[in-house]
Amino acid sequence: MSTGNLRIQAISGHAGPVPGSGTQRQEQVCKLIDTTTCIGCKACEVACVEWNDLPFRETVFGNTYQTMPETAWNYWNLIKFNERPGADGSFMWLMRKDQCMHCADPGCLAACPADNAIVQYRNGIVDFQQEYCIGCQYCVTGCPFNIPKFNSHTKKMFKCTLCTDRVSQGLEPACIKACPTGCLHFGTKEDMKALGETRARQLREHTAHGRAGVYDPPGVGGTGVIYVLHDMANPEAYGGLPSNPHVPWPVRLWKGPLQWLGNLAMIGGLIGVTLHYLRFGPKKVADHEQ
Amino acid sequence: MNNNILRYTLRERVVHWVAAVTYCYVLLTGLAFYSPHLYWIATLLGGAPTSRFWHPWIAVAFMAVLAWMLRAWRGDMRITANDRVWGKEVKRYIENEDESLPPIDRFNLGQKYFFWVMVFAGIVLLLSGIVLWIPETLPWSLRDVRYAAILLHVSSALITIGSFIIHVYMGTAMVRGGFTSIIRGEVSPAWAKMHHRLWYQRVTGK
Repeated sequence: MSTGNLRIQAISGHAGPVPGSGTQRQEQVCKLIDTTTCIGCKACEVACVEWNDLPFRETVFGNTYQTMPETAWNYWNLIKFNERPGADGSFMWLMRKDQCMHCADPGCLAACPADNAIVQYRNGIVDFQQEYCIGCQYCVTGCPFNIPKFNSHTKKMFKCTLCTDRVSQGLEPACIKACPTGCLHFGTKEDMKALGETRARQLREHTAHGRAGVYDPPGVGGTGVIYVLHDMANPEAYGGLPSNPHVPWPVRLWKGPLQWLGNLAMIGGLIGVTLHYLRFGPKKVADHEQ
Repeated sequence: MNNNILRYTLRERVVHWVAAVTYCYVLLTGLAFYSPHLYWIATLLGGAPTSRFWHPWIAVAFMAVLAWMLRAWRGDMRITANDRVWGKEVKRYIENEDESLPPIDRFNLGQKYFFWVMVFAGIVLLLSGIVLWIPETLPWSLRDVRYAAILLHVSSALITIGSFIIHVYMGTAMVRGGFTSIIRGEVSPAWAKMHHRLWYQRVTGK
């Protein structure tokens, strides 16, 4: 964050201590999405498209209020609409704002081969740097949430930036700014976690949602976007929110042991043929006929 | 008097070198995407986005050439009982005691293994490579296919690299005369007699 460079350490000709010295700073930022108070108005979708100046994209009708089946390279914020019938014949909407989760352990970053194309800032925001992106789409394979999307024209990947440009200037992300019900909150990870837990406790104690809780999956080290869900036992019902997301193990195997094994095998092969040449030399034909 | 024997026709040599150039391109660009320590290779080859763009297309050209090789050479590459006997004595071949090896036809067992490794690994690389080329066309429910493709692509590529190192070493440094034969197409009768006696007898009738 740019303001991080401007924290004063010492001041010339100044009597007394530096103002604000000894204060602590919570660097981790977080977005809290309370699915229980989302009304599906899509103001966040519009705000995202507007602020990030994304080109118009046609909607896709699929017998639902949902704007399109999944996020797109130029549609980073999408409310997933799910109708959930109850055992007593009742019915409820599950509306979940879907976007990049800004994992503490990002699978996209683990899978990416391009130097500098994906960075994780100290405040927890995971951001794509399109000028370094090579369009290989390995991040598609690495992400456990189906978020990075490919622009086949420019051959670059895109996703939610958590409005890093706004956040670095001390502003909240555009989606938060637009939310009319206050179901979206933005602040430090610690504050958002506490706020979410308070809301979940309220739901458990004062409503029929006895299994309400906060979704902050430990499999990816926690996320920079957390949800209050009515039913923590079934996140999948919210438009495919994985119950226990991880960086896929084949990605770990590929980037870890397989790479080292391969490096050793290749170097070993080169050393092997060199040693063979030194020990046995070439096969020559005693050629009397030429 | 030139009594050399034609070992590779002009068409075979052209195809071999098209395969060599295309394979080297996909090898080098693939290595750049394989390890951050080798990413500089992509810079040398015109930048990583360019490398990513051409890698699959050049690979398709390599596969086409490989298909031609399969059609043209599969008869010569069939592994025979004679090859198995030779294979048991491969230690002598490695230690350059070729006189005591059983005679063989146009290709030896090592060459045949190399050929079949490239063919089968090539098929795996092609199929997994298509998935890596356009991963977003797979629905999210089939993401396991992407995971499998990544592991298969890397593993089979590493197997071809190991075989390729041995192939290049033997063709250039170890088996003298081999490199000339794939460039000019000819070998001397003595070379043919030493390395491929059955083939020598078959083509010369001696």
